[in-house]
Amino acid sequence: MCPWLTHDPLDVSALLAEVASEGCGATTVFLGTVRRSESDGDVVGIEYSGYDAMAEAELDGVLADARARWPEARIALRHRLGYVATGEASVAIAVAAPHRSAAFDACRFVIDQTKERVPVWKKERLAAGTVRWVGPHGG
Amino acid sequence: MRVKVLVFASYAEALGRGELEVELPAGATVGDCVAEIRRGTGAGVPPAPLVAVNRRYALPDRVLAEGDEVALIPPVAGG
Repeated sequence: MCPWLTHDPLDVSALLAEVASEGCGATTVFLGTVRRSESDGDVVGIEYSGYDAMAEAELDGVLADARARWPEARIALRHRLGYVATGEASVAIAVAAPHRSAAFDACRFVIDQTKERVPVWKKERLAAGTVRWVGPHGG
Repeated sequence: MRVKVLVFASYAEALGRGELEVELPAGATVGDCVAEIRRGTGAGVPPAPLVAVNRRYALPDRVLAEGDEVALIPPVAGG
């Protein structure tokens, strides 16, 4: 399996260790977590599926673009596939850079681009027992 | 020529499978391929879905070749 996708729970400590470097004075982490909201239909979990080979290629592209814009930034990402329960993380991004501006900006860029480009889909499981596909950029 | 078409998520559910083989004339485009699928399967696929050819997003006027891997991409919702 490619480095970006996993079926296992995300290990944020491992991502932080990947980007840690003595030259970096700022580190940011983004976690996308499954959110439960009664007004949104009371989601208890989400089934993530993807076109794996293309998702890998698109994530390669997102990270290459980020590294071109912020060459001083060290970036790690994992996207989870399979069933993710409420409160658990489906995507984790860690960025370390000498200073905070690049750490914040590169992290924001990577999650925004991931949501735009990567062929992954979400099927919500609701407390009532029903399921529904999420539309574009849902959540 | 014959192309393999992968379908995912809500499209795969609507069509009842994850893969199709489509027979097309030489010089056919992505748009032609989608039209051919819609002819055969009804309303499961919208008229202008996102499409990838060989794992890269492609426009409807992209000309296809024998052996291309085409994929119909429902609205993405990753991240």
